[in-house]
Amino acid sequence: MNRRQAYEAAERRRSLIVAVLSTAVVAAGLILLVPLAPGWPAVRASFFDGGIFVDTFPTLLRAFAIDVMIFAWSVPLICATGLAIALARGARSPALFPLRIAGAVYVDVFRGVPVVLTIYLIGFGVPGLGLPRPWNSPYIWGTVALVLTYSAYIAEVLRSGIESVHESQRNAAICLGLSERDTMRYVILPQAIRRVVPANMNMLVALQKDVALLSFIGPVEILRQAGIYKSLLANFTPYVVAAVIFLAVTVPATRYADHLLNRDRNARR
Amino acid sequence: MPGAKLVLRDVRKSFGAQEVLRGIDMQIAAGEMVCLIGASGSGKSTLLRCINQLEPIDDGTVLLDGEDISEPGRDLAAIRQRIGIVFQSYNLFPHMTALENVMLAPRRVLGQTDTAAAERLFQQFGLDAHMSKYPDQLSGGQQQRVAIVRALAMQPEIMLFDEITAALDPELVGEVLEVLRRLRSGGMTMVLATHEMGFARELSDRICFMDGGVIVEEGAPKQIFTAPQVPRTQAFLRSVLR
Repeated sequence: MNRRQAYEAAERRRSLIVAVLSTAVVAAGLILLVPLAPGWPAVRASFFDGGIFVDTFPTLLRAFAIDVMIFAWSVPLICATGLAIALARGARSPALFPLRIAGAVYVDVFRGVPVVLTIYLIGFGVPGLGLPRPWNSPYIWGTVALVLTYSAYIAEVLRSGIESVHESQRNAAICLGLSERDTMRYVILPQAIRRVVPANMNMLVALQKDVALLSFIGPVEILRQAGIYKSLLANFTPYVVAAVIFLAVTVPATRYADHLLNRDRNARR
Repeated sequence: MPGAKLVLRDVRKSFGAQEVLRGIDMQIAAGEMVCLIGASGSGKSTLLRCINQLEPIDDGTVLLDGEDISEPGRDLAAIRQRIGIVFQSYNLFPHMTALENVMLAPRRVLGQTDTAAAERLFQQFGLDAHMSKYPDQLSGGQQQRVAIVRALAMQPEIMLFDEITAALDPELVGEVLEVLRRLRSGGMTMVLATHEMGFARELSDRICFMDGGVIVEEGAPKQIFTAPQVPRTQAFLRSVLR
């Protein structure tokens, strides 16, 4: 081991010891101090009831399947709509000017209105027109509300990605005789989309959580089901169960996406 | 010069208030190799970009085989296939392998799905070991050679080279110049903006010295390098040939 390596090894040992000690102090503090709070026994009984946790878990997990389902069919719709809006906003031809304006208005409106409001307005408003079954389903209109909101965000993220691809890439493509359309499709978009995957993963995690908002217009998904249990059992533990289930999905999903991105980057290095 | 491949007449181009090309007249015969020399900012790059209409010109005409390609509103995709261009910064597509880079335009524009012709070009320029590599895995010299192959795959009639060795490490310049030498002996019509004076002198048919958006002096390499007539040419060559 040379002098530099010896120094760095010592530094690493020192940081490790400090990190372990400080973590231990904080953890001990929490474990010792929180139960000293006057309300702790009551909080433990109403939020962390082991028996209720075990009893409600299976039903809540089944209810979560509805969230996953809504999420699963919303994502492709959101991506397609978001891409269409992003492309519409970048349209250069004068004939497409109305499309450009429409894209800008769309983004302004649906980014500006809280998701819950959009869900209420569309989820209650559209079926209120007296549509026959199955066209009055809260699943359909709830999904539409999510798609409208999230595609507005995704469109903006994509547009920033498209603008981040250097002009020289476009020049190189059109100088080879490629059409504007092929240039966008084969040269600009693939690079733009790769660049915005991390940002879009953020959006998808947020979407996975916001699916629970559809409970306000009807579907008995996990948040609704947890609410039912809360009323039934006069206990908040089902909400904690729901939180744990959400985390069990979103945390691994983001880590996996990071892993895929790294692998993709390394393959081209 | 009847039958000139490329004719430029009083070509003018401004960016905002700055006049970059102030009336360029040029004739290039088929198979001729012309080198543009001059200081940075003299308009060499802009002139090349105006030849393939990457920059629309403000005034004047560019004729390719006698046909006005600078007419505003013209469909340029077909023209650009016939005039290949290679840039200083390679501009390969980073998300595609070298072969995909080369095949994209032939596949999409010419409907050519067979990679045999592209593979032959890779072999010809000693790049066959790198076909399935991504640009980031190649050296600057290799990337620039792939960029040349990419332009050649469209079977252009004219090739434009915009200071293609300027961004390379000195030891990599040779392999790229070697490619140009091969093209030269194959009879390709070429216009180069370059700082490689030795190369320009050795291989080109004609040197054009540009300054302030005009061609100040042109002539055979021997004449320009040994007996330049215009004081500005003399001053420029003195400063680069020290």
